[in-house]
Parts: sequence; C-alpha cells; structure tokens
Amino acid sequence: MIATVLLGTLVTGLLVRLAPGFDVDARQLDSRLAHESKEALRDQRLKNADIMHFCIAYLGAAATGDFGESLTLNRPVRELIVERFPTTLRIVGLGLVGGWLLAVTFAFSSVLLHRAAYDAATATISGALLCVPSAVMALLFVLFRAPAQLAIALIVFPRLFRYARNVLESSYSMPHIITARAKGLGMVRVLCWHVIPVSAAPLLALAGVSVSVALGAAVPVEALCGIPGIGQLAWQAAMGRDLPLLITSTVLVTLVTLTANAISDLVTCSLSSSRV
Amino acid sequence: MIARCKTAILVLFVIVTTVMAYASELRFCLRSEPKTFNPIMVDDDAAETIRYLTGGVLLRVNRQTQALQPELATNWKVSKDGRTITFVLREGLYFSDGSPFTAEDVASTVQQLMDPAVHSSTGDSFRSGQGKVVTTILAGNRIAITFPAPVAGLDRLFDQVAIMSARSSKKEMAVLGPYYVADHKPGSYIMLKRNDNYWKRDGSGRKLPKIDVIWLDIQSNRDIETLRFKRGEIQLINSIDADYYERLSSSMPGALHDSGPSLDSEQIWFNQVAKAPLPAYKLAWFRSQAFRRGVSEAINREDLARVVFGDHARPAMGPISPANRLWFNAKLQPVHYNPSGAIARLQQDGFHLQNGILLDRDGHAVEFSIITNSGNKYRERMATMIQQDLLKIGVKVNVVTLDFPSLIERITEKFNYEAALLGLVNNELDPNAQMNVWLSSGDNHQWNPRQKSPETAWEADIDQLMRAQASAVTLKDRKRSMDRVQDIVAEQVPFIYLVNKNALSAISTTIQGTAPVSLRPQTYWNLEQWTLANGTTGSGK
Amino acid sequence: MKYLRIFAIALLSMVAITSLGAGFLTTVDYATQFREAPNAAPSNAHWLGTDQLGRDRFARILYGTRVSLLLAPAAALISTLFAALIGGVAGFVGGAWQRWATMLIDLVLSLPWLFLLITVRALLPLNVPPLISVIVTFLLLGMLGWAASARVMCAWAGAVRNSDFVLQARATGVRGCRLAIVHVLPNLKPLLAAQFWISIPVFILAEANLGILGLGVAEPLPSWGSLLRELEDLAIYSGELWKLVPLVLLILVVSSFELLLSRTEVSA
Repeated sequence: MIATVLLGTLVTGLLVRLAPGFDVDARQLDSRLAHESKEALRDQRLKNADIMHFCIAYLGAAATGDFGESLTLNRPVRELIVERFPTTLRIVGLGLVGGWLLAVTFAFSSVLLHRAAYDAATATISGALLCVPSAVMALLFVLFRAPAQLAIALIVFPRLFRYARNVLESSYSMPHIITARAKGLGMVRVLCWHVIPVSAAPLLALAGVSVSVALGAAVPVEALCGIPGIGQLAWQAAMGRDLPLLITSTVLVTLVTLTANAISDLVTCSLSSSRV
Repeated sequence: MIARCKTAILVLFVIVTTVMAYASELRFCLRSEPKTFNPIMVDDDAAETIRYLTGGVLLRVNRQTQALQPELATNWKVSKDGRTITFVLREGLYFSDGSPFTAEDVASTVQQLMDPAVHSSTGDSFRSGQGKVVTTILAGNRIAITFPAPVAGLDRLFDQVAIMSARSSKKEMAVLGPYYVADHKPGSYIMLKRNDNYWKRDGSGRKLPKIDVIWLDIQSNRDIETLRFKRGEIQLINSIDADYYERLSSSMPGALHDSGPSLDSEQIWFNQVAKAPLPAYKLAWFRSQAFRRGVSEAINREDLARVVFGDHARPAMGPISPANRLWFNAKLQPVHYNPSGAIARLQQDGFHLQNGILLDRDGHAVEFSIITNSGNKYRERMATMIQQDLLKIGVKVNVVTLDFPSLIERITEKFNYEAALLGLVNNELDPNAQMNVWLSSGDNHQWNPRQKSPETAWEADIDQLMRAQASAVTLKDRKRSMDRVQDIVAEQVPFIYLVNKNALSAISTTIQGTAPVSLRPQTYWNLEQWTLANGTTGSGK
Repeated sequence: MKYLRIFAIALLSMVAITSLGAGFLTTVDYATQFREAPNAAPSNAHWLGTDQLGRDRFARILYGTRVSLLLAPAAALISTLFAALIGGVAGFVGGAWQRWATMLIDLVLSLPWLFLLITVRALLPLNVPPLISVIVTFLLLGMLGWAASARVMCAWAGAVRNSDFVLQARATGVRGCRLAIVHVLPNLKPLLAAQFWISIPVFILAEANLGILGLGVAEPLPSWGSLLRELEDLAIYSGELWKLVPLVLLILVVSSFELLLSRTEVSA
C-alpha cells in the first residue's frame, strides 16, 4: 500500500511536470504586471521543477502534516483539504449508497424475474443514464433542486448495474446452481446460499472500484454545481498546475481507492475461508 | 417579577429577530474564489470585487462620467513633471474597526504597494523607473507622494489603491469602504456587512450604504448562475453572456441591460517570432503586412457580432474601444468584409488561387492553425466562423482549443503556435496600462515579445510614440501620440481586431438606484446608493 | 427477446447505413453555416433545425455518427482487451502476479491521466489531420479506460479459478492456455460484455470532454459528443426538444448493443 502511494506521488509529479503549462501563470498575460513580477511568478513555479527533490521534500513534510501551500489559492493545502473533505465524503458516500441500492435492486430483480421486457427496460434506463453527460446531469439536478448525491448515484448506478447483473446472471447459470434449482430449492434460498457466495468476490471487487468511479464522478458534479468539495478543488488544481494541491489530492484519492479495495479483498478472503 | 422579566426578554427577542429579518440583503455570484483579501495583491476578478466593495480609495473614477472624483481625498494636485501627487485628506474618518484614518495610513499603504518584493498589477502600474517612492506627510492633513520618474495618468491610478490601516490589528480586514468582510466560507460564499463607520451620506443626509448585507456566492457555472437569477435567488449578474441575455430577455426584459461596447476586444494575431519552430515560409506569410491585411479583410466581423454575440457586440477597429471616449481615435476606418479585396491584396504579395486553394509564391498551400482557450464558447464559435470565411479565399484553417496553461506556454515561452485568438481585457481607460503590449521589448507584445531592439520600423515608431505619451506633459500631446499608434496598428495589423463585446448585465427590478455602464464594475460601481424595493431581502444562509 | 434482438440489429444497421449514405440523405454539408438562421427551429429546409452557427443539425448528426459509431466501439474493444489481458490473466494465474496487477490497477485508477492527455496533445502537431487526432483520442481512451473493469475481472477470474468445475478440469490434466481459453474465458464473457457496453457511451462523451484539451474531433467535423454538449444549453429545458435527438439516438444505439450482447433468455 505504501509503495503504491509513493509510486503514485512520483508518477503524478512526473505527469504534471512534463505536461505543458507547468511553469506558467495566467497572470503573465496581465499587461499591467512588470517584467520583474512576471519573472518572479515564473520562479515561484520553477521552485518545484526538480520533481524528485520536490517529491522527497513533500513526503518528508507530509509526514509532519505539512502538505505545502496551494499556488492557486495561496492557502495551506492541509486547510483546504480539511475544509472540503467532509463535503465530498458526504456526497460521494451517499451517492455510492444510493447507486448500490439501485444497482442491486435492479440486478437482483432482473435475475429473479427473468423477463425479457423487464431486462430491456432496465437496460434502456441504465443505458440512458450512461448516455447523459455529467454536465447535463449536474445541470438537471440544479434545475430540479435535487441533491447532488443523487446525481452521483445516477452516474454510478448504470456502471454498477450492468456488471452486477451480468455477474449474478453468470452465477445463476452455473452447473451446481442449475442442479439446486432442478432439485426444487426456492429462488430466494438459491440466491442467498448459492448465487451470492459465488458472486461475492467480483461484487466486492466492484464495490472497491465503485469508490474510485464515484470520486471521479464527484469532479464534474462539484465543479458544475459549485459545491466546495475535493472534486472542485482537484479540477481547479489541474487547470492551474498547482503541484502541491494536485499531489495531495492524488495521494488522498489513492489512499481512499486502496483502502476501499483492500477492504473488499479482505472481506472476500474471509468469505472464502469461511466457506472452506 | 420573573414572569415579567421573561416576557420582556421574549418581546426583545421578537423585536431583534424581526429587525434582523428585515435587514436588506443583496445576493450575487463571484465566478471564482478570491485569491486574497489584501487589496495590494489583487490580481483576479473575485478579489477585485471584494476590493471595490470594501476598499476606501483616495480618488475614484466615476464609471458613468469617466471623470475623476474625490473620495478619501478632498483635493489633489499632480506636479508639472508628473512625478509628485499631493493629496488633501478628509478628516475625522475611521476604519471599520474604529481606528482613525490618517496620513500615516496612506503613507504605509503606498510604501507596501511599492515594495520591490511585492509583485502586483496595482503596484506595477505605478512603477515608472528605478528608485524609491517617497511619501511626505505635510501639515494640514496633506500627503505628498513622489515617484522616481513621471507616471502617466498618475491620479487616475489611485482608483485601484485601497487604503489599509497602518495600526489596526485586523490589518487589511479593517477597511474604509462601504462594506467589510464579515464571514467567509471558502468555496461557498463571502458575506459583506455594511460598514457603520463609512463616511458617505446621500443627498438627504442618510448614511450609506443603504443595503445592509451582501452575499457573494461562489459559482463558476454560468448556466446555474442564470438559473438562480431567473428564480430570484440572486439579484444581479454583473456581466452576463450574450446567450443568456437573449434567453432571459423574453421572460425578464426589464432586468437586462446592454450598456454598449465595453473596453474589451477579441483579436487574432500571427506568430512573428523569428526563433519560433515554424517552417520559414509560414513565418514569411505571418510577417507579411499584405497577408495580415488580406486575412483581416476576409473576416466577416458583422457576422461575428451578429451570430456569435446576437448583435451585442460591434466590429472592432483597433486597440482602443469606442467606449473609451477620451482615447479612441475617431478617425479610424472600420475594416469591411471584402473577400475579393482580400485576394487582390494577397496577390500583391505573390499569393494566388489555384483550384480554390490559395498558394504562396513557392506553391505552398496556405494552411495554418488558430489556437484559442477551451471553455470559451464564443471564441470557439468565432474561430469556426473564421475558418469558414477564410475557406472562401482558399485558406485552410485548423481550429485547436487548448487548456489555458498549455496555451499560455505556447504564446509566451515556447512560441510553437501559428495564430492565436484571445481577448484583451481592459480594466483601465488610460492606454499606459497597455505599455507592455505595445513596446517591442514588452512581455505582452504578443506577436513577437521581448525584442532586444525593434525588428521592424513600424514597431520602432510605436516604441517611440508610447514612450512619448508616457512622458508627455499635456493630455493633448498624449492623445496625439496614441492616435498615431492606433493609425500604425490599423496599417500594419499586428492584431486583427474582431469585435468589441457589449457590456451586458442583469439586475433584478427589485433593486433601485442602479445605472449600469460599460466600465468595470459594470453594475455595482454605485452599489452604496442602491435600495431594495419594499424592503425585499435575498435568501439568507 | 428474439424480436428485441432483431429490432436491435435492424436499428444498428439502419443507423450505419444512413450515416454511410449521409451524402444521399442530405444535400447540405455539415460545415455550411446558414448565418441568417442560427438556432433555427425545425423546418422543411432544416429537419432538426440549426445549431448556434446556423449549421444543419440533421446533417451533423448523420456525419457525426460515422465518427462516433466506428471509433467508440473500437476504443471500447481495446479497453476490454486490456482489462481481459491484465485483470483476467492476473486473476487466473494468481499469487504474486495477481498482487502486482492489483497494485498496477489501483495506481492507474488513482492517477490524474488528464496530464498525460495534455502532454500527448502537446506532442501532436497543431495541424494534425482531424482523422489522426480522432484516432489518437479514441486510442488513448481505450488504453486508459480498462482499470476499473480489470479489477473486477481479476476478482472474477480468481473466483472462477477456484471453482469446482475448473478444479475438476485440472484434475483431469487440463493446464495452462487450454484451461484459460476453454474453461475460464467463457465465464469472463459476461464481464467483458458489460465492459464493452459501458465503454461505448462513456468514450463518446469523453471524446467531447477531451475537446477541452485540444484532442477529440476538431471543428467543423461533428461527433456525437460535440452534439451532446448542446444539451448543456438551458434553453432546451424550455421547449427546444429537437436538440434531444442526438441523446435519443445514442440511447437507442447503446441499448441495441446491450441487447445484442445480452445472454438473457426469455422465460415464462
């Protein structure tokens, strides 16, 4: 886990450093600024030009809780993250719960009912949600004064639904489950005792992955709806090539992703061992 | 006895909450988080808004008349050599925290502003030469500020200098303006409350400002801003885009204002940097006056103004907008759309049409790319329209939208671009603010910046004229120099000026006393005078 | 279900044919700007009205279909193959391979690939032919869009590896590639199908967003993504519903793909 975080920090730094626009500032286009001021702006940016040095210094300072200062917002990165993290946690958390509820409900009902019309309807609904751009989704939610977490839920739901449905469907078609059905076991019993345990591993993996999908969805939703969360911050940092802020938000996303995936792996392992 | 006390407390509570409920509130949006509350370091629009509403300045440019008027200074005088300005300050004024306003505060502010370690556009506007700025406190509440070299338009520059307290522990948060920052939730809103120590009164002697609280919501999405205005959640959109103006005009006609051409312009320029990584033949095109003028004539500016901006823009003629009444050269001729004229002009330089494709004298097909910043749909549309216009004269144009930092790197450092479409935002009337654009050694001499010496005769002429106007003593001399600069720019076309956008705004009809104008800030320049009709309030948090 | 599949095939075929035959179905070029009639409502001259620059929307949908319908599925195929190769193989092999693959996938999920895309744009010449730009865009999307699916694939392949029928196959001496191809891969197909189906609209929309970075389809060439960006215009919510046609078309096409890929059988 630590190795992934360290590697993530370094690769992010490299990506940002190598991308064009690293050492420029929009204020360079201000004709009122003197040449010396523009040089000073450039020098401030180039302080972080040696990416290895920056990453080492950053990680050393981060160990003491100092994540540097944001170049675009002129405030300590730690303060910015602490202010905004609860907002994103709430939106993403509730959005994930909502997305999973919808996905699981539709996936299970689709497998249990086995009706072509129902399958076609759920496919169309989830397909329609996939086709709506995130910007439009966010706009619609503002238009109808709906909570942003619902937007996240509807962005995440079609991705989860399709996988979950296919995993459950595949499990339902496995030979030993067909045997169980042939022996007259009830649908709910088959589902709970035979289908879910087999599907647990990929569904739990999907749960881990859904966290990063939801975090990704949070960026356009927060940016467009003007919600002061990490997603909005990350977008501003990206557009402003704000290295300290970008590295910190990447580390945060990496940690959250790794934690979610680690938990899902752990649960999978414990489920497998309990079955044995 | 206890019951009576409880009743009294309850009554008091009801009175206070009722009064508070009827405190007048105004709400509008900022498009980004302000980067600073320090008025000296203001560099972005959001911070500029806060500075305007909270800062007390010595002199103020009346946005309506464009004349300079006294504020914290009752009188002022600029010396003949343009280096010294002497102010007579109002007496008996206090900052929002109760600390007295004195000449020391002005001296302290100026010294901080002119500190060489401070890099801000406000301070740099005053920098005219090497040496220290000297502030001298004189008798009779007067202060003299002496600069090392003459500063053109010196007095008008003080419109941007908000005076800070030298003594207050609240530092830049102690203000002399109509409002002070009462609350700030980062990423969400800023709340301004009326400054009870504000010195101004209206004609009937009533203390200003009249609106008690201003909520500034941070909202970058313009669709959502428009939606909120339509719903009445906000009462003002200081600068509204043409699309939204049209959209709201049918349902809220009384709320929309077109104040005529703004100071801003949209323009294209070609890369003329000698060391640019371009093929030599392309560099030769871009350095050809006939080529630039031919391309300029092939662009239909009327269509740009009509289709892209819904007629809320005007074809531009030069670097100074007609809204800048003093400095605009009224003798300039507009560039009319004339594709056949364009081809004739290009033919003078060896270009010729072959099977509908324009070729240069060596047979290279004329093709170039225009870069512009993504996210600005008006520029993207203009670029697409220009692409079609130039196709009619056989020129192939590739439109490339880039994120802003990538674009800035290309046009300021790497010079790996061919043509660029951007806008010039002018916050000041005085053309001296554009010095870095017109001097060939300037960083913002976009088509060929930071020249060690002017590479063309006409750039040398412009250098000389710009320096002349900066050191000229009389306004007449300055105007003459600037008129000549505009003539040269019209001949040589280093920038192909496209349109001057109109200043559009949306103001709720519940607000009285507004007078939107084309100078920034377009609407709230006289906000201290506004009242809300029938004591209406904005929605509070 | 059979009839739904027939409908899906018919719809996809019709969409493909009309896009290829765009030149016959409309006499108007997708780039021509009827500047006297920007944002026009549908009429005899313009069946779906015009856009902000007066370009015929119907023509733009027809020509845009070619780009999106061809390249988005190709990119989706690339991302599916990557997911299968990395996730599926790692899950099947297990052990250290699975751990390293999981680490790689977690890293890919966390990194801001935006900057790689910006760098790629910087490396491409500004006058790159539109077709090359579009191909590069979709190639990048395909190469970057596999991580989420690979993780699920890895877990599923691991579960299948430990399932009874695979154990039985091993016991009978089946090993290596034969085991993977004959016994494991068929069980990964539902996940691969899901990945493929989800990726198509996601990549179509992503292509439009990549326009922010200078990638994607360049003007005046239309694409579904750029047409869908018109939906960000609030005006459609007050009656200009013809602007929803590209969205409806995309939903129908995506649903058709899903119906074709679905394994569901009709049951009473």
